[in-house]
Amino acid sequence: MRMHRRTVLALAVFTGLTAPSMALAADDTIKIGLLATFEGPFKVLGEDSERGAMTAVEEVGGKVAGKKIEIVKGSSDASPDSAVRAARKLVEQDGVKVLVGPLSGDEGLAVKDYAKTQPNVTFINGTSAAQDTTLRNPAENFFRFSTDGAQWMAGLGTYAFKDKGYKKVATVAEDYSFPYTQVFGFMAEFCKAGGHVPSKSWVPIGNKDFSSVIAAIPEGVDAIYVALGGADAVNFLTQYQQSGGTAPLIGGSITVDQTVLTSKGKLKDVLKGTPSAGPTADTNDAPAWKAFVEAYKKQPGAFPSPSLFAHGYYVDMKATLLGLDQVGGDVSDGGKKLRDALSKLSFDTPTGKVSLDKNRNAIADIFLTEVTEGADGNLLNKLVKVVPQVNQTLGIPEDEFMKLGAVNRDNPSCP
Amino acid sequence: MSLAIATSSATAQQNWLEKLGAGHIILGAALVLYPLVASDFFLTQIGGYSLIFGMLGLSLMLLAGYGGMVSLAQITVAGIAAYAIAILGNNNSNILGFGWPWWLAVPFALLAAALASALIGWISVRTEGIYTIMITLAIATATYYFAQQNYAIFNGHSGYAGIRAPVFWGVNWRDPRPFYYLCLGLAVLSYAAVLYGSRSTFGMTLQAIRDNPRRMRALGYHVTAHKVFAWLLAGVIAGLAGVLLVWFNGRVSPGTIGVDAAIDVLIIAVIGGLRHPIGPFLGAVVVILMQTFAIDIVGAERFNTLIGMVFLVIVFVSQDGILGLWGRIKPHLAQESLRPGP
Repeated sequence: MRMHRRTVLALAVFTGLTAPSMALAADDTIKIGLLATFEGPFKVLGEDSERGAMTAVEEVGGKVAGKKIEIVKGSSDASPDSAVRAARKLVEQDGVKVLVGPLSGDEGLAVKDYAKTQPNVTFINGTSAAQDTTLRNPAENFFRFSTDGAQWMAGLGTYAFKDKGYKKVATVAEDYSFPYTQVFGFMAEFCKAGGHVPSKSWVPIGNKDFSSVIAAIPEGVDAIYVALGGADAVNFLTQYQQSGGTAPLIGGSITVDQTVLTSKGKLKDVLKGTPSAGPTADTNDAPAWKAFVEAYKKQPGAFPSPSLFAHGYYVDMKATLLGLDQVGGDVSDGGKKLRDALSKLSFDTPTGKVSLDKNRNAIADIFLTEVTEGADGNLLNKLVKVVPQVNQTLGIPEDEFMKLGAVNRDNPSCP
Repeated sequence: MSLAIATSSATAQQNWLEKLGAGHIILGAALVLYPLVASDFFLTQIGGYSLIFGMLGLSLMLLAGYGGMVSLAQITVAGIAAYAIAILGNNNSNILGFGWPWWLAVPFALLAAALASALIGWISVRTEGIYTIMITLAIATATYYFAQQNYAIFNGHSGYAGIRAPVFWGVNWRDPRPFYYLCLGLAVLSYAAVLYGSRSTFGMTLQAIRDNPRRMRALGYHVTAHKVFAWLLAGVIAGLAGVLLVWFNGRVSPGTIGVDAAIDVLIIAVIGGLRHPIGPFLGAVVVILMQTFAIDIVGAERFNTLIGMVFLVIVFVSQDGILGLWGRIKPHLAQESLRPGP
């Protein structure tokens, strides 16, 4: 009798472990994986990225090529391990053939490596913007329709040096591949124009206490270049203000993004007038952008203006849907046709035309912006200038650009 | 005569079977046959991963259950083995990577893990209870931040990628089935070792030290040495888990050994129960299943809340985790079977 019960128990455990794997997709739906940071320090960013992706899905009425779109979500905490684990679950368990994501730099590098082991699955970036995700050693099936972090900085270094008159700038940025790429993009122009960067501080993601970093900023710098995201940016800016710091700021693309500008507190005085650059500008007058903002605002919990993450995931999801539409939603050939279509894809986004280079990285317009207070009291990124069609090598010939070396904490340098 | 021999060998066999226990045999058979029904994902991402974290929980159970020392540094020890494999073997991060073959790198990685564990033990055995937890938490956090900011050895935030499991006897040990059996083999080995060790002289002494260190010291036992040796043994098990973990992920970065992961190991051990070495494995299965599938049940916004609630309920209902639950249900089942049939 007892024996019998144990057998039943063992069987129950056994079937419990295997049953979920038997879920099958119906023929008239197409599964798209959506990988973003729904936990950890970048949670707010991840939630907005979902709004962007869903805006693109709702734009086509939740259907592509006559098939219903089923979004399967995966969550990471911005660490590469968790991103690969979530991607594996989406691909190997949920059986998605198309995956949009991830959100953060190192995650992108890790997912690119994973993509190489899954040649029949098509990976489309979310907003991860490390340079080497596509520049060095790229994966054939990884596409990025949302430019990289160095591209996002186009025009900012020159603007800071010439128009703002900053000669010496200290940088504070998170210690991983995306901020390296941003600092690289900023310094490439700023150093070339004749500026100097005497100190670079790298802080871990999720850092809470910035007092030692603030103390280490040298006296007499004209401005501080800050490339921090989400909670990190808010913490740094609050503590910098409390410590009585007065140096003007230059913002990385995600530092003066809606995810930070909408945070509560007295950040307004610190942030007003901060120049930055990125793939979006809140006061963009283009009708396509305005239409996108209206569509985005229908999402639950939306910000006053879509963040860079909403925009990036929108663009990448839109590209995915356009590609799927072209091949009639058919990925039964291991996605080969879809990847051919994506490589050739060129389309108009809310922020201008986007096309891919030979490494499947986007060429797109970049917006130089400055933080201002809107009519309703919200902080906004005012459009200063559009830098048209920036490519991954920032207009520098490729062989010359490669000689600059891979981005890391010490490269580039101009003390 | 020949009959007598046959009977005695039969009795021996019976004893052996009895010793092993029906539960073990059924569980073992189920685990060996599991690949026949499981998809690749369930084989590695759930099966293999649970066994790896079960081993980590087991190393904690050894210390906490038999030695009364709750450690939050087990993932750190595993991380040291994982980093050692990345540094001594091959990686594609262009840092270090001595290219040693696996049969040389693995023993060294285990040695490093065991020594690191013994060192952590040696530092923390002078404390008791909550102070041991605090010291090991401090060590885990310090190691995490050191790995995050050190570029010469740990390669900072990005860590090491491109680490491959070995290929020998014509088998790629990272393929789903071989990897599952590799994890299963090592987990069973560790489990059996802990079970056997707990009844050995050393195990008994350790448990006696847990219950009354002053009396044991008065009896002439070297209390500190026994405790540090327990840490060394736990380090070998955690190190094995670390080696499997780095082969499984193909990469190791500070995120692997972060405080979140350290707490996960503690949760696994507590959820499973600390009374018996099977506890951590049960806990690992529950925790890994929850972490993987909670997002499908309640969506992306609140899935961590669900995970937390389930853990809360388990700990609330039973102080000794899943093992405690079983302990409560078992007497009822036994009683039922004693009742006369209809």
